[in-house]
Amino acid sequence: MSDIFYNSELALLGGAIIGLSALFMMLFFGRIAGISGIIWNVVQAPKKHFSSSGFFLCGIIIGAICVTYISDVEISPIQSNAFTIVLAGLLVGYGTKLGSGCTSGHGICGISRFSTRSIVATVLFMVSGIATVYVMRHLV
Amino acid sequence: MSNTTSQNTKTGFLYLFCGALFGAGLTLSGMTDQNKVLGFLDLFGNWDPSLIFVMAGGIGVTFIGYRIIFKRSSPLWGDAFMLPTSKIIDKNLILGALCFGIGWGLYGYCPGPAIASLALLHWETFLFVAAMIAGMFLQSKQAAYADNKALNPP
Repeated sequence: MSDIFYNSELALLGGAIIGLSALFMMLFFGRIAGISGIIWNVVQAPKKHFSSSGFFLCGIIIGAICVTYISDVEISPIQSNAFTIVLAGLLVGYGTKLGSGCTSGHGICGISRFSTRSIVATVLFMVSGIATVYVMRHLV
Repeated sequence: MSNTTSQNTKTGFLYLFCGALFGAGLTLSGMTDQNKVLGFLDLFGNWDPSLIFVMAGGIGVTFIGYRIIFKRSSPLWGDAFMLPTSKIIDKNLILGALCFGIGWGLYGYCPGPAIASLALLHWETFLFVAAMIAGMFLQSKQAAYADNKALNPP
Protein backbone atom coordinates (compact mmCIF):
# COMPACT_ATOMS: atom_id res chain seq x y z
CA MET A 1 0.00 0.00 0.00
CA SER A 2 1.29 3.38 -0.92
CA ASP A 3 1.73 5.83 1.89
CA ILE A 4 0.28 8.79 0.01
CA PHE A 5 -3.28 7.85 0.89
CA TYR A 6 -2.61 7.92 4.56
CA ASN A 7 -1.96 11.48 5.44
CA SER A 8 -4.00 14.40 6.54
CA GLU A 9 -2.72 16.77 3.86
CA LEU A 10 -4.40 14.66 1.18
CA ALA A 11 -7.56 14.49 3.27
CA LEU A 12 -7.57 18.29 3.48
CA LEU A 13 -6.83 18.68 -0.25
CA GLY A 14 -9.50 16.12 -1.18
CA GLY A 15 -12.00 17.84 1.09
CA ALA A 16 -11.22 21.22 -0.48
CA ILE A 17 -11.75 19.74 -3.98
CA ILE A 18 -15.11 18.34 -2.85
CA GLY A 19 -15.92 21.82 -1.54
CA LEU A 20 -14.95 23.34 -4.88
CA SER A 21 -17.33 20.97 -6.66
CA ALA A 22 -20.10 22.03 -4.25
CA LEU A 23 -19.33 25.70 -5.01
CA PHE A 24 -19.66 25.20 -8.77
CA MET A 25 -22.98 23.37 -8.21
CA MET A 26 -24.30 26.33 -6.21
CA LEU A 27 -22.85 29.10 -8.41
CA PHE A 28 -24.12 27.70 -11.74
CA PHE A 29 -27.20 25.66 -10.83
CA GLY A 30 -28.18 26.89 -7.37
CA ARG A 31 -27.98 23.33 -6.08
CA ILE A 32 -26.65 21.68 -2.94
CA ALA A 33 -24.10 18.96 -3.75
CA GLY A 34 -25.88 16.30 -1.73
CA ILE A 35 -25.09 12.88 -3.15
CA SER A 36 -27.97 10.92 -1.61
CA GLY A 37 -30.46 13.43 -3.07
CA ILE A 38 -28.74 13.33 -6.46
CA ILE A 39 -28.88 9.50 -6.49
CA TRP A 40 -32.58 9.62 -5.59
CA ASN A 41 -33.26 12.08 -8.45
CA VAL A 42 -31.68 9.70 -10.92
CA VAL A 43 -33.34 6.50 -9.72
CA GLN A 44 -36.86 7.87 -9.28
CA ALA A 45 -37.01 9.79 -12.59
CA PRO A 46 -34.06 8.62 -14.73
CA LYS A 47 -35.13 10.27 -18.00
CA LYS A 48 -35.83 13.64 -16.43
CA HIS A 49 -32.60 13.83 -14.42
CA PHE A 50 -30.15 11.88 -16.57
CA SER A 51 -28.47 14.88 -18.23
CA SER A 52 -27.98 16.67 -14.89
CA SER A 53 -27.83 14.45 -11.79
CA GLY A 54 -27.02 11.40 -13.93
CA PHE A 55 -24.05 13.17 -15.52
CA PHE A 56 -22.88 14.23 -12.05
CA LEU A 57 -22.85 10.59 -10.87
CA CYS A 58 -21.01 9.49 -14.04
CA GLY A 59 -18.53 12.28 -13.31
CA ILE A 60 -17.90 10.91 -9.81
CA ILE A 61 -16.91 7.56 -11.32
CA ILE A 62 -14.68 9.25 -13.93
CA GLY A 63 -12.96 11.34 -11.24
CA ALA A 64 -12.40 8.25 -9.14
CA ILE A 65 -10.91 6.38 -12.11
CA CYS A 66 -8.54 9.29 -12.88
CA VAL A 67 -7.18 9.54 -9.32
CA THR A 68 -6.88 5.75 -9.00
CA TYR A 69 -5.00 5.61 -12.30
CA ILE A 70 -2.61 8.48 -11.44
CA SER A 71 -1.91 7.35 -7.88
CA ASP A 72 -1.65 3.69 -8.88
CA VAL A 73 -3.40 2.67 -5.67
CA GLU A 74 -6.34 0.32 -6.00
CA ILE A 75 -8.41 -0.23 -2.88
CA SER A 76 -10.31 -3.50 -2.60
CA PRO A 77 -13.57 -3.64 -0.65
CA ILE A 78 -13.25 -4.93 2.90
CA GLN A 79 -14.06 -8.56 3.58
CA SER A 80 -17.67 -8.90 4.54
CA ASN A 81 -20.57 -11.25 3.95
CA ALA A 82 -23.37 -10.47 1.52
CA PHE A 83 -25.88 -10.15 4.37
CA THR A 84 -23.90 -7.36 6.06
CA ILE A 85 -23.37 -5.56 2.75
CA VAL A 86 -27.10 -5.65 1.91
CA LEU A 87 -28.11 -4.61 5.44
CA ALA A 88 -25.62 -1.72 5.40
CA GLY A 89 -26.79 -0.60 1.96
CA LEU A 90 -30.46 -0.72 2.97
CA LEU A 91 -29.76 1.31 6.12
CA VAL A 92 -27.71 3.92 4.23
CA GLY A 93 -30.37 4.30 1.52
CA TYR A 94 -33.34 4.28 3.89
CA GLY A 95 -31.64 6.57 6.41
CA THR A 96 -30.36 9.20 3.98
CA LYS A 97 -33.78 9.37 2.26
CA LEU A 98 -35.65 9.65 5.58
CA GLY A 99 -33.13 12.13 7.03
CA SER A 100 -32.88 14.15 3.79
CA GLY A 101 -29.12 13.94 3.40
CA CYS A 102 -25.78 12.27 3.93
CA THR A 103 -22.16 13.18 4.62
CA SER A 104 -22.04 15.65 1.72
CA GLY A 105 -25.43 17.40 1.88
CA HIS A 106 -25.63 17.64 5.66
CA GLY A 107 -21.96 17.18 6.66
CA ILE A 108 -20.40 19.72 4.30
CA CYS A 109 -22.98 21.88 2.48
CA GLY A 110 -25.41 22.09 5.41
CA ILE A 111 -22.90 22.74 8.18
CA SER A 112 -21.23 25.52 6.19
CA ARG A 113 -24.65 27.22 5.88
CA PHE A 114 -25.10 26.83 9.68
CA SER A 115 -28.23 24.75 9.13
CA THR A 116 -29.39 23.47 12.51
CA ARG A 117 -30.96 20.39 10.90
CA SER A 118 -27.67 19.52 9.19
CA ILE A 119 -25.62 20.01 12.36
CA VAL A 120 -28.01 17.75 14.30
CA ALA A 121 -28.02 15.13 11.52
CA THR A 122 -24.21 15.14 11.26
CA VAL A 123 -23.73 14.71 15.01
CA LEU A 124 -26.28 11.87 15.03
CA PHE A 125 -24.87 9.89 12.11
CA MET A 126 -21.34 10.30 13.51
CA VAL A 127 -22.50 9.08 16.92
CA SER A 128 -24.39 6.09 15.52
CA GLY A 129 -21.49 5.28 13.19
CA ILE A 130 -19.04 5.38 16.10
CA ALA A 131 -21.40 3.26 18.25
CA THR A 132 -21.79 0.71 15.43
CA VAL A 133 -18.03 0.37 14.93
CA TYR A 134 -17.60 0.06 18.71
CA VAL A 135 -20.12 -2.79 18.87
CA MET A 136 -18.72 -4.56 15.79
CA ARG A 137 -15.04 -4.24 16.68
CA HIS A 138 -14.96 -4.33 20.46
CA LEU A 139 -18.10 -6.13 21.67
CA VAL A 140 -19.07 -8.76 19.07
CA MET B 1 -26.84 24.29 -33.19
CA SER B 2 -29.65 26.17 -31.48
CA ASN B 3 -29.11 28.17 -28.31
CA THR B 4 -30.94 25.69 -26.11
CA THR B 5 -28.95 22.77 -27.49
CA SER B 6 -25.63 24.50 -26.86
CA GLN B 7 -26.75 25.55 -23.38
CA ASN B 8 -27.84 21.94 -22.68
CA THR B 9 -24.46 20.69 -23.83
CA LYS B 10 -22.67 23.19 -21.59
CA THR B 11 -24.90 22.22 -18.66
CA GLY B 12 -24.24 18.51 -19.21
CA PHE B 13 -20.48 19.05 -19.38
CA LEU B 14 -20.47 21.15 -16.23
CA TYR B 15 -22.44 18.51 -14.30
CA LEU B 16 -19.94 15.91 -15.51
CA PHE B 17 -17.04 18.16 -14.52
CA CYS B 18 -18.50 18.88 -11.05
CA GLY B 19 -19.02 15.15 -10.54
CA ALA B 20 -15.45 14.41 -11.65
CA LEU B 21 -14.09 16.97 -9.17
CA PHE B 22 -16.23 15.42 -6.45
CA GLY B 23 -15.10 11.88 -7.30
CA ALA B 24 -11.45 12.92 -7.49
CA GLY B 25 -11.72 14.71 -4.12
CA LEU B 26 -13.39 11.71 -2.50
CA THR B 27 -10.77 9.27 -3.78
CA LEU B 28 -7.83 11.54 -2.98
CA SER B 29 -9.10 12.22 0.53
CA GLY B 30 -9.35 8.57 1.58
CA MET B 31 -13.14 8.55 1.93
CA THR B 32 -13.41 5.62 -0.51
CA ASP B 33 -11.09 3.53 1.67
CA GLN B 34 -13.47 1.64 3.96
CA ASN B 35 -10.69 0.62 6.37
CA LYS B 36 -9.79 4.25 6.79
CA VAL B 37 -13.43 5.26 7.31
CA LEU B 38 -13.98 2.54 9.90
CA GLY B 39 -10.70 3.58 11.57
CA PHE B 40 -12.04 7.13 11.71
CA LEU B 41 -15.25 5.90 13.37
CA ASP B 42 -13.28 3.66 15.77
CA LEU B 43 -13.02 6.39 18.38
CA PHE B 44 -12.56 3.92 21.24
CA GLY B 45 -10.02 1.75 19.44
CA ASN B 46 -7.06 2.55 17.22
CA TRP B 47 -8.52 5.90 16.14
CA ASP B 48 -7.40 7.42 12.81
CA PRO B 49 -8.48 11.08 12.95
CA SER B 50 -7.23 12.11 9.51
CA LEU B 51 -10.65 12.10 7.80
CA ILE B 52 -11.73 15.01 9.98
CA PHE B 53 -9.61 17.06 7.55
CA VAL B 54 -11.92 16.10 4.68
CA MET B 55 -14.75 17.83 6.48
CA ALA B 56 -12.49 20.72 7.45
CA GLY B 57 -11.40 21.22 3.82
CA GLY B 58 -14.93 20.88 2.45
CA ILE B 59 -16.57 23.12 5.04
CA GLY B 60 -13.74 25.68 4.84
CA VAL B 61 -14.11 26.10 1.08
CA THR B 62 -17.93 26.11 1.04
CA PHE B 63 -18.22 28.36 4.08
CA ILE B 64 -16.25 31.12 2.36
CA GLY B 65 -17.46 30.39 -1.20
CA TYR B 66 -21.18 30.21 -0.35
CA ARG B 67 -20.95 33.60 1.35
CA ILE B 68 -19.61 35.14 -1.86
CA ILE B 69 -22.07 33.27 -4.12
CA PHE B 70 -25.12 34.20 -2.00
CA LYS B 71 -24.41 37.89 -2.63
CA ARG B 72 -25.91 37.17 -6.06
CA SER B 73 -29.69 37.10 -6.42
CA SER B 74 -29.68 33.95 -8.55
CA PRO B 75 -27.32 31.26 -9.87
CA LEU B 76 -25.56 31.87 -13.21
CA TRP B 77 -27.57 29.25 -15.13
CA GLY B 78 -30.73 29.02 -13.05
CA ASP B 79 -33.65 31.01 -11.74
CA ALA B 80 -33.11 30.69 -8.01
CA PHE B 81 -30.94 29.08 -5.36
CA MET B 82 -32.64 25.88 -4.26
CA LEU B 83 -31.97 25.74 -0.55
CA PRO B 84 -33.78 23.62 2.04
CA THR B 85 -36.06 25.87 4.07
CA SER B 86 -37.19 23.58 6.88
CA LYS B 87 -35.78 24.39 10.31
CA ILE B 88 -37.66 21.72 12.22
CA ILE B 89 -35.76 18.94 13.94
CA ASP B 90 -38.29 16.16 13.42
CA LYS B 91 -38.44 12.45 14.05
CA ASN B 92 -37.58 11.72 10.40
CA LEU B 93 -34.34 13.70 10.54
CA ILE B 94 -33.26 12.02 13.79
CA LEU B 95 -34.23 8.44 12.84
CA GLY B 96 -32.88 8.88 9.32
CA ALA B 97 -29.49 10.13 10.49
CA LEU B 98 -29.23 7.35 13.10
CA CYS B 99 -30.08 4.63 10.52
CA PHE B 100 -27.61 6.07 8.04
CA GLY B 101 -24.85 6.10 10.68
CA ILE B 102 -25.43 2.42 11.50
CA GLY B 103 -25.16 1.46 7.82
CA TRP B 104 -22.05 3.64 7.43
CA GLY B 105 -20.43 2.02 10.48
CA LEU B 106 -21.31 -1.51 9.30
CA TYR B 107 -19.61 -1.34 5.92
CA GLY B 108 -17.72 1.97 5.72
CA TYR B 109 -19.50 3.42 2.70
CA CYS B 110 -21.62 6.56 2.60
CA PRO B 111 -23.40 7.31 -0.72
CA GLY B 112 -20.66 9.31 -2.53
CA PRO B 113 -17.76 6.92 -1.91
CA ALA B 114 -20.00 3.94 -2.80
CA ILE B 115 -20.69 5.50 -6.23
CA ALA B 116 -17.01 6.42 -6.70
CA SER B 117 -15.96 2.86 -5.83
CA LEU B 118 -18.14 1.42 -8.61
CA ALA B 119 -15.16 2.44 -10.78
CA LEU B 120 -13.17 -0.51 -9.43
CA LEU B 121 -15.82 -3.04 -10.55
CA HIS B 122 -16.02 -5.16 -7.41
CA TRP B 123 -19.30 -7.07 -7.00
CA GLU B 124 -19.55 -6.02 -3.32
CA THR B 125 -19.85 -2.35 -4.31
CA PHE B 126 -22.60 -3.09 -6.84
CA LEU B 127 -24.49 -5.12 -4.23
CA PHE B 128 -24.15 -2.25 -1.72
CA VAL B 129 -25.34 0.39 -4.22
CA ALA B 130 -28.30 -1.80 -5.28
CA ALA B 131 -29.31 -2.28 -1.62
CA MET B 132 -28.89 1.46 -0.99
CA ILE B 133 -31.24 2.31 -3.87
CA ALA B 134 -33.69 -0.33 -2.62
CA GLY B 135 -33.56 1.31 0.82
CA MET B 136 -34.43 4.69 -0.73
CA PHE B 137 -37.43 3.20 -2.57
CA LEU B 138 -38.52 1.41 0.60
CA GLN B 139 -38.61 4.72 2.49
CA SER B 140 -40.41 6.43 -0.38
CA LYS B 141 -43.08 3.68 -0.55
CA GLN B 142 -43.50 3.76 3.23
CA ALA B 143 -43.94 7.56 3.22
CA ALA B 144 -46.48 7.36 0.37
CA TYR B 145 -48.40 4.65 2.25
CA ALA B 146 -48.43 6.74 5.46
CA ASP B 147 -49.59 9.84 3.54
CA ASN B 148 -52.33 7.86 1.85
CA LYS B 149 -53.52 6.46 5.17
CA ALA B 150 -53.57 9.96 6.69
CA LEU B 151 -55.63 11.28 3.76
CA ASN B 152 -58.05 8.34 3.60
CA PRO B 153 -58.63 7.04 7.13
CA PRO B 154 -60.31 3.62 7.22
